[in-house]
Amino acid sequence: MQYLYCELYTELRRSMIGLLFKIIIFLFVVTDAFLIGKILLVGKNIQILNPKGIIAFQEKDLLLLAISLMLLVVIPVFIWAFYVATKYHANNSKATYAPDWDHSTKLQLFLWGFPSLIIVILCVINWAAAHKLDPHNALPSTVRPITIQVVALQWKWLFIYPEQRIATVNYVEFPDKTPIIFEVTSSDAPMNSFWIPQLGGQIYAMSGMATQTHLMADGPGEYRGSSAEISGAGFAGMTFIAKSTSLKDFNTWVARVKQPSNILNIKEFNVLAKPSEDVPVTYYSSTENNLYTTIVTKYMAHPTIVPRKDHSSGSQQNMQNMQM
Amino acid sequence: MNVEQFIFGKLTWNDLPHEWFTIGGTCAFIALGIAFIVLVTYFKRWRWLWNEWLTSTDPKKIGIMYIVVAFLMFLRGGLDAFMIWAQQVLGSGNTFAFLGASHGYLSADHLQQIFTAHGDIMVFFVTMGFLFGLINLIVPLQIGARDLAFPFLNSLGFWLYFAGVVLINMFFVLGGEFAATGWLAVAPLSELQFHPGVGVDYWIWSLQVSGLGTLIGGINFVVTILKMRAPGMSLMRMPMFTWTSLMSMILVISIFPILAMTMALLTMDRFFGMHFFTLDNGGNQMMYWNLIWMWGHPEVYVLIIPAFGIYSEIVSTFAQKKIFGYTSLVIAAAAITILSFSVWLHHFFTMGAGADVNAFFGIMTMFIAIPTGVQVINWLFTMFRGRIKFVTPIYWFFGFISTFTFGGMAGVLMALPPVDYQVHNSLFLVAHFHTMIVGGALFGIFAGFSYWFPKFTGFKLNERLGKYAFWTWLVGFFVSFVPLYILGMMGATRRLDHYDASTGWQPLFFVSLIGVCIIMLAVGLQVLQIIVSIKQRNQNRDITGDPWNGYTLEWATTSPPPFYNYAIIPQVTSRDAFWEMKKYDKQKVLVKYEDIELPKNTPMGIYVAGFVFLFGVAMVFHATLFILIGLFGAIYCVILRTFDDHSEYVLTAIEVEKIENKLRNK
Repeated sequence: MQYLYCELYTELRRSMIGLLFKIIIFLFVVTDAFLIGKILLVGKNIQILNPKGIIAFQEKDLLLLAISLMLLVVIPVFIWAFYVATKYHANNSKATYAPDWDHSTKLQLFLWGFPSLIIVILCVINWAAAHKLDPHNALPSTVRPITIQVVALQWKWLFIYPEQRIATVNYVEFPDKTPIIFEVTSSDAPMNSFWIPQLGGQIYAMSGMATQTHLMADGPGEYRGSSAEISGAGFAGMTFIAKSTSLKDFNTWVARVKQPSNILNIKEFNVLAKPSEDVPVTYYSSTENNLYTTIVTKYMAHPTIVPRKDHSSGSQQNMQNMQM
Repeated sequence: MNVEQFIFGKLTWNDLPHEWFTIGGTCAFIALGIAFIVLVTYFKRWRWLWNEWLTSTDPKKIGIMYIVVAFLMFLRGGLDAFMIWAQQVLGSGNTFAFLGASHGYLSADHLQQIFTAHGDIMVFFVTMGFLFGLINLIVPLQIGARDLAFPFLNSLGFWLYFAGVVLINMFFVLGGEFAATGWLAVAPLSELQFHPGVGVDYWIWSLQVSGLGTLIGGINFVVTILKMRAPGMSLMRMPMFTWTSLMSMILVISIFPILAMTMALLTMDRFFGMHFFTLDNGGNQMMYWNLIWMWGHPEVYVLIIPAFGIYSEIVSTFAQKKIFGYTSLVIAAAAITILSFSVWLHHFFTMGAGADVNAFFGIMTMFIAIPTGVQVINWLFTMFRGRIKFVTPIYWFFGFISTFTFGGMAGVLMALPPVDYQVHNSLFLVAHFHTMIVGGALFGIFAGFSYWFPKFTGFKLNERLGKYAFWTWLVGFFVSFVPLYILGMMGATRRLDHYDASTGWQPLFFVSLIGVCIIMLAVGLQVLQIIVSIKQRNQNRDITGDPWNGYTLEWATTSPPPFYNYAIIPQVTSRDAFWEMKKYDKQKVLVKYEDIELPKNTPMGIYVAGFVFLFGVAMVFHATLFILIGLFGAIYCVILRTFDDHSEYVLTAIEVEKIENKLRNK
């Protein structure tokens, strides 16, 4: 009798665990599907899929094209997997059973051939896209580009405008529909990465080296920029605001910043370069001559300035210390 | 240098635990240690533990020890993951601000140490540990060998791995900080200028010590597979798991010296003030990135290729069909191995290398997708016209198909440099590689574990709980990681400790945290499965040694096999050796037993690893006396071992016969 009760109890417990478990999982899945759906519908928060600049726009197109090509292989594979799993279940005695069929040269050629074809197409696209969207490429435009020099410091971003001779911290403004040449480096800081997702991809900022990226905004707007490479305790606070305005508004802004206030000379720069977190937006009304060059060559034993053979025009300080 | 510095180096009273997590961690270790000592003493198992397990040179015992330690580290790594996720949810300064500072409950530096430890533990100590355990257990049986080529080195390799495990946990007790640099401790962030404490040194030495063990193990496995196969087993007759283990270990031998040297250069920067990767004096940070990823990329293939082998075995056995396209699969595994050396730059497309270089590496990365895809299709064709038994290992295989494919797509996407410029170092990347490692390698390990469990314990695992655990894992995995793909697209960078609520990221982090909880439930179910299976072992006994009607030689032994594996080394006449034997060898063969030479147990592996561990800790704190003791102690023990002429013993034919009769008649 006791034995029977034991069995009954075990059976009940087992089925209750199973049922409880299924209910919990179901609740979780439903809640999460709801939350995710809500977010996807408010899609404009997905910055990479909502580009505001010509580079980000092309990068998004490339992303969608590549996904579509891959789905040509992936979807048939999933259908095949589903079909095989259901039809050849051990309980299905009607299905053919061929235990010794283990090779077919023709089939192998197709199995290697079809994915290879898709991949070769993707590789051609890869080569073309990598060259077209290389950050060092000048952007096609009749408008004269503006150069902004970016310096990643311990936990803030310094933007130097060499033509306007002003500088800002954690804030960068530029005219829309104008190619901006960002020359990027880092100072007394480990590797950083300069990124404005809605305008385009990131580029590393490294001490003693100068990298470059070209971006252009479609129209006026305010975008979030950040560092994308861990650089220490204050790394998460290294966000900045990037704003694109009309050319008129930009010039007004420059004139306003040029009202005499702080001056960014080497001494002031060294103070700024000391580690600090959550630095508020700061403006400098004038900068020392060739400040950026000084910063980049600080760690070089034999600094050389070699004009880059390439593609960007209009930059006054065309530097290539490290051939990449 | 005065006497105190000579003995203690940089060690001060401040290095003893005094923060909440170091005190907590130390107390946890002490509690675990006491519990362990009490249990072993209560069951009077000290002698048994020492003789049967710790000093053993039997790869089956060593394999099980690897798996036990790997599982413990899995719990630690999982706890780290939970802490990371909790911080991400709380770090928005918004909804949960009442729970603490608006920047979550962890400081930035602490979180950075946690995710660094999480990455290193999961890659080096969990996945590599599980894989080395499985290879130790299975490969000698599959190739018809009795042991590995170098049994002592096998033991030494395990103990060095264990020393690495202790080292990575040691900072709780002494030092108080771990590297806060990300799992690869990239320079110049890991240089003295930005990391003056002992954290990065602990990172270096735990990986150097366990890396040495890995390298030794790799050499051991390659020699074993190449030289100790049963007569008649040519390379093209080996089981797929052996093939993939061979490929993976060839990768290990090729790349671990790179890691060792890179860490040695970093050590020279930190210990001797040199300038390989510093900002100043001609240091080149890009060099570190290149070196570490030349190691790092093939390393992830080391993790995944044996999992592919496991899937091959499982698909064949449970579809009751020979593996389709064996040659194709071998070529695919070899192609992946070779190609993995040519793609490392895709980890830093954003470093500005120029379009030609970026495009080359992007193209090479895309090529790897071809053999991987071919393998998947061959497995599906193995199941085509088979009779698929839906037991837990096959569920894990389908779980792999459904997750790995998406992760692979994400990978091919990132092989396009312009796309990578947008998603590099974002949570999209994090979701991608977790899909690969969890959906690919970890699911493979779980599949292999449930597949081979009866062989080494003598009873099967509880099927119902296995299926529950699988479904919970799969659901949990999707719920955790799909939000991360979306977050990456939203511009969310990895490794952040706080973010602004206006970014709209918090709800997705919350969904992801629910997923983590589901995964924790799944792991709990797996533990429950093992406990229940042990309790129900008599109902699930494997009497024949071949519970799944298998194809490969390991199923020809009893469950569990005798410690010498095979009393008579089998003669192999074709692929799927055991299947052929079952089909044709119905007649009774007159068995003539012979003497077997076996390696003796030895504590030398423990001693050497102990000295190396001491060396590691001493190097962290620059304690010269203990550096010298550790170094010379280890060398002395190794030399002692080389003079040991009596490291083997003979098991006479009569004893073999007695054991065999007992096993067969039980």
